[in-house]
Amino acid sequence: MSKHTLSVLVENKPGVLARVAGLFSRRGFNIESLAVGPTENEDISRMTIVVAVEELPLEQVTKQLNKLVNIIKIVELDPDISVQRELLLVKVRADATVRSQVLETVQLFRAKVVDVSPEALTIEATGTADKIEALLRMLEPYGVREMVQSGMVAVGRGARSITATATR
Amino acid sequence: MTSATSRSPRSERETTGTEDLPAHTATPNGQQGSRPKPAPPAGAPVRLTGAQSLVRSLESVGTEVVFGIPGGTILPAYDPLLDSTKVRHVLVRHEQGAGHAATGYAQATGKVGVCMATSGPGATNLVTPLADAHMDSIPIVAVTGQQSRALIGTDAFQEADICGITLPITKHNYLVTDPADIPRVIAEAFHLASTGRPGPVLVDIPKDVLQETTSFVWPPDRQLPGYRPTLRPHGKQVREAAGLIAKSHRPVLYLGGGVLKAGAADGLRELAELTNIPVVTTLMARGAFPDSHPQNLGMPGMHGAVAAVAAMQRSDLILALGARFDDRVTGQLSTFAPEAAIVHADIDPAEISKNRKADVPIVGDCKEIITELLSAVRAEQEGDGAMGFTSWWDQLNSWRETFPLGYDWPADGALSPQHVIERIGQLAGPEALYTAGVGQHQMWAAQFIRYEHPRSWINSGGLGTMGFAVPAAMGAQFGHPGKEVWAIDGDGCFQMTNQELATCAIEGAPIKVAVINNGNLGMVRQWQNLFYAERYSQTDLGTHAHRIPDFALLAESLGCAGLRCETKDEVDDVIQRAREITDRPVVIDFVVGKDAQVWPMVAAGTGNDEIMAARGIRPLFDDDEAEGAQR
Repeated sequence: MSKHTLSVLVENKPGVLARVAGLFSRRGFNIESLAVGPTENEDISRMTIVVAVEELPLEQVTKQLNKLVNIIKIVELDPDISVQRELLLVKVRADATVRSQVLETVQLFRAKVVDVSPEALTIEATGTADKIEALLRMLEPYGVREMVQSGMVAVGRGARSITATATR
Repeated sequence: MTSATSRSPRSERETTGTEDLPAHTATPNGQQGSRPKPAPPAGAPVRLTGAQSLVRSLESVGTEVVFGIPGGTILPAYDPLLDSTKVRHVLVRHEQGAGHAATGYAQATGKVGVCMATSGPGATNLVTPLADAHMDSIPIVAVTGQQSRALIGTDAFQEADICGITLPITKHNYLVTDPADIPRVIAEAFHLASTGRPGPVLVDIPKDVLQETTSFVWPPDRQLPGYRPTLRPHGKQVREAAGLIAKSHRPVLYLGGGVLKAGAADGLRELAELTNIPVVTTLMARGAFPDSHPQNLGMPGMHGAVAAVAAMQRSDLILALGARFDDRVTGQLSTFAPEAAIVHADIDPAEISKNRKADVPIVGDCKEIITELLSAVRAEQEGDGAMGFTSWWDQLNSWRETFPLGYDWPADGALSPQHVIERIGQLAGPEALYTAGVGQHQMWAAQFIRYEHPRSWINSGGLGTMGFAVPAAMGAQFGHPGKEVWAIDGDGCFQMTNQELATCAIEGAPIKVAVINNGNLGMVRQWQNLFYAERYSQTDLGTHAHRIPDFALLAESLGCAGLRCETKDEVDDVIQRAREITDRPVVIDFVVGKDAQVWPMVAAGTGNDEIMAARGIRPLFDDDEAEGAQR
């Protein structure tokens, strides 16, 4: 099954997330990742939903989503012509003996250290899913004590805006 | 419906210009105070309570009747309702009855049906009718009370998250948190319910929102940036469909409930006659095309007519209008109409290619689609000549003649349920309205009553809600006080919702209920007979063995006339007697044989080729074998 990234503009109203999540679960579609946040227009929120489905079910997903009254617009973002990012916060065991090696990895991935203690470092990294995965692979040998990851957010490349036409 | 009009509160409360004043200035019996104030100009805000705003909004959208039951949190709304000269409230006995009545009203009239309930159990009792209306795309609006805003989320008395509960079974729902929003929300709710693909909308209003003082402005601005149903079809798609018709040899028009909702029956008839294409009408579309029309092959699907099922199965082009390729119609999807190209026209884009991939998708309102299709077909005919489909019709007529709908009389001499239903249809005629519950009697009512007019057949198709018939008939009767309304019901269904007969008797809805009493949950029993080695587990209701309840006596106690019929000789007479009683509802207990079965049948999970005209007779299967033998 292929992954698809949907950018969904929704009315900024209570319960919209439940409507979207409920639709996915009752129609039997799996959400790989979901991120919600405000947009430049305070009446509109933007969801980035990653789903793993084939072409035909994807058409069903978008059509069913479009039927939700609070959904304003759905755009599928092609990974080749969009910027896709995830955020990772990871707490890695790093005492004095290995700290410099960990810091080297952090620099290599252009990540940054956001907290430090004698036994551990907390690292913040953003990037594509591949980059985050690669960083985690490098950090694992030191011992990942705790990690948290955001859903993916994405925006199309170029000057065009999907919100501009939707809000008129 | 003489008694309904004589009891109508409307006649007692003539309007004299007080509609634009806050309702509390009128006395409870609707007579206005001594000094009538002039009405404020339209659009100017008026100060009133949230509850008054609600009633004013309902009046402003044209609500004539509300079915409901008051309770703690909805109480504020019932106070101004007492003064309304435009909205009649019908006090039902169970909220499920209110919901189905709203549905019956909507189905019979094409208008939005309205029901009202209190929070908690009142609201949860609406769940079944909302799910029912959702599956059958019926426009209803449910208004529910909710606990006060400060108590929401505290597990307060009679608190239920009805918006959360009904999320998957409504087209949309609202929790109103600001009384100023009430007019807008009601306007939006009615707009959503009745436009695009219709459906139920629930409006949940906390008690303190109803009590608070607010301003009322009408008309409000609707704020629905994400709701833009497509009505006009794409011209290119329509021309492509017309092209496919011209090239086809074995086309069939597959009509669904969407045709009725779009009010497209007239244009449809023109299209059918212009093209000479055979027509099948699904359970939800019975009445969309006259049964007396020679091109009508009847109902397709699990219990459809052999000719209708075979026509789809052997067609090379299916023109689906407002239909959704439901599993009861297609049977096993992978073997459904294997040679057919599909033109799928529907107002809901999500229906197209959901089950069966469409070769030509057309999104739009069925009425507009048919209008455009008519001119596209005419253009096509000018170029290429007539569309006769002569050999196709020969084949169809041979199926129709060899396997007509029919039934055998029970061997044990019992009354035939099919005969009873057929005679009701013949005696009450096509001007009457018919509702049904769910099960054998529903299928027989769909098969053996001849429907000539749109909206004369009202049933629960998608959800299959037992107990639908009586409350739906009540709603239909309030929508059409002058019409004869028959509820064809089963003894199982009838015992689920017959309490609404008390409502019918008191509020003046003289419906006729034919209880097709076979003493059993008949459809389940039929399946046990066919697929569970005749092991009848929990299907005997004892209504034959013990005569509990005695339906005639039960009817009498509910303020209805109670009749009984047990032999063929009495059937016509008892139906005529029921038709003559117009001052109260009538219940006829038709005691019929328990072994009658619904045929034809496509067993669940099998393909439509396996259709059995009667037990052991497989027309299409035999047909293929015969063809094979000839080769």
